[in-house]
Amino acid sequence: MIADPFAWAYDQLTALLLSLGMTAVWAQTVLRLLGAAVLATVLLVSTFFLIWGERKLLARLQDRRGPNRVGPWGVFQTVADFVKLIGKEIIVPTRADKAVYLLAPLLVVLSVIGIWAVVPLAPGVVGTDLEVGVLYLVAIGAVGTLGIMLAGWSSNNKYALIGAFRSVAQLVSYEVPMVLVLLVPVILASSMSLVGIVDAQAGMWFIVMAPVAALVYLITSIAENGRAPFDLLEGESEIVAGFNIEYSALAFGMFFVAEFLHSLTIGAVVTTLFLGGWRGPGAEAYPLLGFIYFLLKTLSVWLVIVWIRGTLPRIRIDQMLGFNWKFLTPIALGILMMTALVDKMAVAAGWNRTVVLLLANAAAVGIILASVQGYARRQRRRDQAQLAPVEAAPAAVH
Amino acid sequence: MLDQWVFIAFLLPVGLLLPAAAIALGFLLGPRKPNALKGDTYECGIETVGSTWVQFKAQYYVYALVFVVFDVEAVFLFPWAAAYNQLQLYMVLEGILFVAILAAGLIYVWRKGSLEWV
Repeated sequence: MIADPFAWAYDQLTALLLSLGMTAVWAQTVLRLLGAAVLATVLLVSTFFLIWGERKLLARLQDRRGPNRVGPWGVFQTVADFVKLIGKEIIVPTRADKAVYLLAPLLVVLSVIGIWAVVPLAPGVVGTDLEVGVLYLVAIGAVGTLGIMLAGWSSNNKYALIGAFRSVAQLVSYEVPMVLVLLVPVILASSMSLVGIVDAQAGMWFIVMAPVAALVYLITSIAENGRAPFDLLEGESEIVAGFNIEYSALAFGMFFVAEFLHSLTIGAVVTTLFLGGWRGPGAEAYPLLGFIYFLLKTLSVWLVIVWIRGTLPRIRIDQMLGFNWKFLTPIALGILMMTALVDKMAVAAGWNRTVVLLLANAAAVGIILASVQGYARRQRRRDQAQLAPVEAAPAAVH
Repeated sequence: MLDQWVFIAFLLPVGLLLPAAAIALGFLLGPRKPNALKGDTYECGIETVGSTWVQFKAQYYVYALVFVVFDVEAVFLFPWAAAYNQLQLYMVLEGILFVAILAAGLIYVWRKGSLEWV
């Protein structure tokens, strides 16, 4: 029971439902509904502590104390904020498109919770082992961006609209490299199911076999989440608050919840795809231990995401588009072709897959760094040429 | 097969209902005193001028086209990747050729200068 509380609880509940006279199929369906409700509730409640944790970490990164008044170390700060938000008026602007305006925050939360349906939490514990899990991740993730677009458009506010435009630009730029690098774990595991991908990492985590793909995936996920340094859709200093400017009280709170929960969700997905999911010593025998491994890995990726937020300044929209289309997309294309080719050749030649792929990735990093260096050098030369004084210029005829 | 989707069919409505319940709670417990000024568009203190629902900048058009090309390409590539361990070397090379054609497309768009934000 202690080793595997999930299976124990499942068996107990099934026995209970069967004793009530349900058929096995109905009992399973009821338990699935129960599981879905518990999963969604736990996720939303965990947001209270996520927001507190992120604020505390950010404060430390910025040499502040952070929330420290409500409860020990300020743990209940978010609860107090929530209570305050309940007591505020939800203002629906008279000119807004009301139905869409109220639908948008729901969609944003829905997309984040929906991702967890396919993430394996521990051995044998997964919402559903979808055969097309990876495609589902991309699809449900895009719903969140859609929600942000709807929010910006329906508010009937120019700043909100600029935020929505930016979120469109963001969507069309980060999604291409994201989908391309998602193909890499699919290739390595020969499976689109997330459970299959975790199973394929029994020997070696994919981050060792595809470190570049893992990094590109992390960056594009942060862009999808729209948080620093990609938070230009709500850039306070330029467009007030971007897409959520007209929202107040809990309607605004839902955007907040979704954003903070999304960073943990990115951690969970990166863990599943590249860090071996729940795998670790003794995890098969003790599923509870597997869950703890999963949680620890997820929180470490989350920590990195918060760290990035506390470190990097916001980038401009042209920089973001350039970065995605001219840097990440070529890398993603190259890494995809390289992984497919090298992995097949390694298997055919009987080499060690891990070592060969790691070496290939190292070579790829070398090529990327060299080309970035070359680009920077050319750029510097161009800048200098522009700055150089024009000597004895004859009447310039263009 | 369809069995896999039952959980998602449960989770998505729950994921929609919970935030909806929170917002409904806000409507129930929060004050409701609408007035003309409060309901007005909040931009910068001055009354908003002109229509907000304008057309998207044409600049997005090229990006969106390239995006659609690449996204559709990915849908074709997923089955190829999922069947990777059953593929012969020449099948892998065919997939790579497919990606390479698209990479050539990216280079073309780049050379045309369509990836510059204006």
